[in-house]
Amino acid sequence: MTSRSKTFSLFDREIAKQALWDALKKLTPQQQMKNPVMFVVWIGSILTTILFFQALGGHGEAPIGFILAITLWLWFTVLFANFAEALAEGRSKAQAASLRAAKKTVLAKKLREPRYGAQLDSVPGTDLRRGDVVLMEAGDMIPADGEVIEGVASVNESAITGESAPVIRESGGDFNAVTGGTTVLSDWLVVRVTVNPGEAFIDRMIAMVEGAKRQKTPNEIALTILLVAMTIIFLLATVTLLPFSLYSVEVAKAGQPVTITVLVALLVCLIPTTIGGLLSAIGVAGMGRMMQKNVIATSGRAVEAAGDVDVLLLDKTGTITLGNRQANQFHPASGVTERELADAAQLASLADETPEGRSIVVLAKQKFELRERNIHELGATFVPFTAHTRMSGVNLDARQIRKGASDSIRDHVKSLGGDFPHDVQTLVDDAARRGSTPLVVADGTKVLGVVELKDIVKGGIKERFAELRRMGIKTIMITGDNRLTAAAIAAEAGVDDFLAEATPEAKLKLIREHQSQGRLVAMTGDGTNDAPALAQADVAVAMNTGTQAAKEAGNMVDLDSNPTKLIEIVETGKQMLMTRGALTTFSIANDVAKYFAIIPAAFVTTYPALAALNVMHLATPASAILSAVIFNALIIVALIPLALKGVKYRPVGAEVLLRNNLLIYGVGGIIVPFIGIKLIDMILVTFGWV
Amino acid sequence: MSANGLLQIALFLGVLLALTKPLGWYMARVYEGKLPAFVRWMAPAENLFYRLCGVNREEEMRWTRYAFAVLWFSLLGVLAVYAMQRLQGLLPLNPQHFGAISPDSSFNTTLSFVTNTNWQGYVGESTMSYLTQMVALAVQNFFSAASGMAVLVALIRGLARHSAETIGNFWVDMTRSIVYILLPLSVLLALVLVSQGVVQNFSEYKSVPLVDGVSYDQPKLDAAGNPMKDATGNPVTEKMTVKEQTIALGPVASQEAIKELGTNGGGFFNANSAHPFENPTPLTNFLEMLAIFLIPAALCYTFGSMVGDTRQGWAILAAMTVLFAGFLAVAEISEQQGNPAFAALGVDQTASATQPGGNMEGKETRFGIVNSALFATVTTAASCGAVNSMHDSFMPLGGLVPLAQIQLGEVVFGGVGSGLYVMLIYAVIAVFIAGLMIGRTPEYLGKKIEVFDIKMASLVILIPPLIILGGTALAVMLDAGKSSIFNPGAHGFSEVLYAFTSAVGNNGSAFAGISANTPFYNTALGFSAWFGRFWLMIPVLALAGSLAAKKRIPEGAGTMHTHTPIFVGLLIGTVILVGALTFVPALGLGPIVEHLTMIGAH
Repeated sequence: MTSRSKTFSLFDREIAKQALWDALKKLTPQQQMKNPVMFVVWIGSILTTILFFQALGGHGEAPIGFILAITLWLWFTVLFANFAEALAEGRSKAQAASLRAAKKTVLAKKLREPRYGAQLDSVPGTDLRRGDVVLMEAGDMIPADGEVIEGVASVNESAITGESAPVIRESGGDFNAVTGGTTVLSDWLVVRVTVNPGEAFIDRMIAMVEGAKRQKTPNEIALTILLVAMTIIFLLATVTLLPFSLYSVEVAKAGQPVTITVLVALLVCLIPTTIGGLLSAIGVAGMGRMMQKNVIATSGRAVEAAGDVDVLLLDKTGTITLGNRQANQFHPASGVTERELADAAQLASLADETPEGRSIVVLAKQKFELRERNIHELGATFVPFTAHTRMSGVNLDARQIRKGASDSIRDHVKSLGGDFPHDVQTLVDDAARRGSTPLVVADGTKVLGVVELKDIVKGGIKERFAELRRMGIKTIMITGDNRLTAAAIAAEAGVDDFLAEATPEAKLKLIREHQSQGRLVAMTGDGTNDAPALAQADVAVAMNTGTQAAKEAGNMVDLDSNPTKLIEIVETGKQMLMTRGALTTFSIANDVAKYFAIIPAAFVTTYPALAALNVMHLATPASAILSAVIFNALIIVALIPLALKGVKYRPVGAEVLLRNNLLIYGVGGIIVPFIGIKLIDMILVTFGWV
Repeated sequence: MSANGLLQIALFLGVLLALTKPLGWYMARVYEGKLPAFVRWMAPAENLFYRLCGVNREEEMRWTRYAFAVLWFSLLGVLAVYAMQRLQGLLPLNPQHFGAISPDSSFNTTLSFVTNTNWQGYVGESTMSYLTQMVALAVQNFFSAASGMAVLVALIRGLARHSAETIGNFWVDMTRSIVYILLPLSVLLALVLVSQGVVQNFSEYKSVPLVDGVSYDQPKLDAAGNPMKDATGNPVTEKMTVKEQTIALGPVASQEAIKELGTNGGGFFNANSAHPFENPTPLTNFLEMLAIFLIPAALCYTFGSMVGDTRQGWAILAAMTVLFAGFLAVAEISEQQGNPAFAALGVDQTASATQPGGNMEGKETRFGIVNSALFATVTTAASCGAVNSMHDSFMPLGGLVPLAQIQLGEVVFGGVGSGLYVMLIYAVIAVFIAGLMIGRTPEYLGKKIEVFDIKMASLVILIPPLIILGGTALAVMLDAGKSSIFNPGAHGFSEVLYAFTSAVGNNGSAFAGISANTPFYNTALGFSAWFGRFWLMIPVLALAGSLAAKKRIPEGAGTMHTHTPIFVGLLIGTVILVGALTFVPALGLGPIVEHLTMIGAH
């Protein structure tokens, strides 16, 4: 993984300053109405402000200092919630700004005809439309997303990925996509633009990260509904307290009816302001965390869905195994020494530039100190691999050294009148059973033995899969290999299941099967042939190195092109849900203590016996109510870091997770406010503020 | 509490839990249409109903149609019960020649019985003819109970089915509830009650001369039926002297059985189960309490069985039982401790071989403290409302128990069907909050809880407090509401709060002490009962329809189990925090301040 300067400390001074200002700007009714819980607090603040001015005029329903203190702290409550949201947005905007820096206006060389060498017009990059064809040469910044239709070039994509090593982009195949804002380092490309202005990948990224296009996720909407229902219930519980209090005063013939100020204070303390104030910050921060992990999600919904993933489909090559097979063993036929086999294999591979070929040369050197020889000095001619012969090798003097799949070599040897020995066939079968690819080496009619090419499973991947299993996610490896090979690699890598000889149709079918059983399927992919399956999957992570088709089909793009990134995506999705659940539980649990603070304080003049409920021994009714309101406001600030960072997820199983979080946020939520309110009350009394 | 008392409570819970599984299993078979062999002989009766009413038993309903059927059926019940009360004077089986009942009282009684509330503003033995008792009221006892069970079964199907559009057939569910469950159990219980001395006849009331005349004060009512008050606001009373007692009779046993089994609670007599002809012996008392809890408890097993995992049912039952045990302990202890005001008067409240001790005000000596407090806790935990002692005379905390249990939403066992369906709503909310905490979209029994489901669940928890608190506020603001209160002060407030709580919770028990048979209370409480019943049923059925349509997610390693002790604890916590926090301020001005004032004064 690359690390970029995209993480910002939690309370970056600049961002915090801007957020404070934004918090004030968010006080408009239009902004407040988006958050029903905080809207109630906002209305309450306005109400007590009016009461304060009424008191200034000499008709106060309560001591003017008390009304003022309550009013101020209610406004603080609103501002703190605004600040949390502004802070989350500010952090995301800062990330977006670093992206936007990449989006400079450049002049593009527009081609009149879609071929290299056609006549050029120089136009601003921002004017390019879908379907335009442009030429890019070394040093040019690519003006818009597109696909290469001609040429090969190395491209620096660090502006998007943070990866400084250049990547190759060429026409056809899986590496034909280029992204706006990246730079061509060498050679030239003819690119067909695939997006209109403003739709480019980078534009969408910026919009997402800034939160401008942030839509509430389904779980967020459901939670908001529950919070609104609770707010209405508590609104009712407080509003009806006025007639109850009037009646009680009437019949007890003692005390004063409860004041509007106290009722507003009680209401604000009871409604779930903690979660209500932090809810949108949690969502914005979740998207921001994805960005820090170099993943761009097209919607918050996708991130949240990632938390629910049951099944994960992974491509074998490049994900579970290192991209290429490597030679790791020579198995000589009877009567042949291993060194003879290694020597012949090395000769056959000298001119073979494929990774498999290179690995044979490397292995021969490691095992027998066989130096690389120059094929031209030897006077050998290279026989390249063709689809027809399915072999490669060299002709050296009279020797015909060939290597290839066992069937091809068998045919080759037989055509020369030779014999394919039985023991070599056994070696071939053994290797295949181990999940390796056997290459048979023959010198003329003599079969020398087998080179075993092995898929190298990535280091640490087994542990990652074990972690996924603990998260409750089933991993399925997808490969074009035969069942035997696939099974062996699956066992070595520790995946739960595999799909061998996979075709795009088979992948699609597998995903649909799991979905019809109610499971949520995630998939990572990069190729154009992955696109249908990516489109079908619930969570589809396209590699940034992949084709445009794959990126369009996915709902997330991993800029690092790291297929196991999905684990982190899942974690982020889960964190978003957990943070909301934890703060909701905490918020509701807090109400117990607030009742003990406010109820006796509000009615003790009517029923002195209620003083017995003042279990915290708060100094006076005014200090009790004020302490509860202050606690309620400060707890929002105290929990901003948690909202932005998210509750930590550990794959320990649902039961343990539930128990731990219930203890921390449920039981803790009951206890903490008792301590907090008492402390605030003591401070208020110590400084003589009440 | 004495060892004997504990033994009685243990015996009650033991017998109840022992009957849960067999009855629950049986009901699951009935609702799934796989009748056990020993009741197949009753099938022709069931089929006869379908033929008579033109019901196609194979036809399945979407939730909207199901809800419409429930409402339609209840509306018919309303019309029939109202008409019978208003036309009572013209109808037979009326040996005491009772005339028509007033429009507002008829309205109240009608809504009260159709909604399974059985709040009784009237005095049964001096207003209702035998025909009205049997055909109007007792029939509704069956129908209202059966419709509650039907709605529950529909919700269970919603959880059990997947990718389905329908949730069953209301007519079939209701018919089966009556034919196979409520009727046989009622017949059985009625026979036992008769053997113990509960009356069952159609004869006229008997008059017997008293050895000594009795004098008492009675509140004087004005022309409108409202209690009159003097210039200082105190109720005006008139002195009455009685030399002769009329013994009321009637077909009591048949109504008594369904009163308990259907968690209806409407007594044949005004004194309800405190009356010796309704509840003559400790054995009948035991059986009546058992009958109240029997079906609600067994339905938990039915639920588990129908969703294919009986552990789910046991978990819900465990949560209910723990809540019940807690409330029972508070009631028993506060009643047994007695009243410090009595102690100051020199009344001996110590338990001994000859007396139960404790606060015996308003309690029957044949039941004592333990069985009175137990009955009160049972009848308000379930939304029954039958009483064998006067809740108004309980200690403040003893009286808080019935009040709080109803305010939780009648989920501690609750009414037949209605208790469990509201408890399942709480489970959905618990799952939603806790499910978020484990980082997954919450799911209950493999069903994802999404926006629509939370909307419906929110309605179910929102509506009862809305009506209870709103109604109580209205009553203490209006003269029409305040003039009925005989005990001004915190206790009077508790009485009004109790009345609305009882109506909305479809419980029907009362803190006496307010004269509720006034146009204001008859109307307000009638509407409260109606909304408390059907405004919950509709969202519950909507939820059932939504759940039925969902796919079922197979259980995986990341699934939160809903049968574990943690979940039981979470469910209890949700019921208490979400259900009770709403009412804390109101309770604070009622029973809590009464209690604090009492201990402060003594």
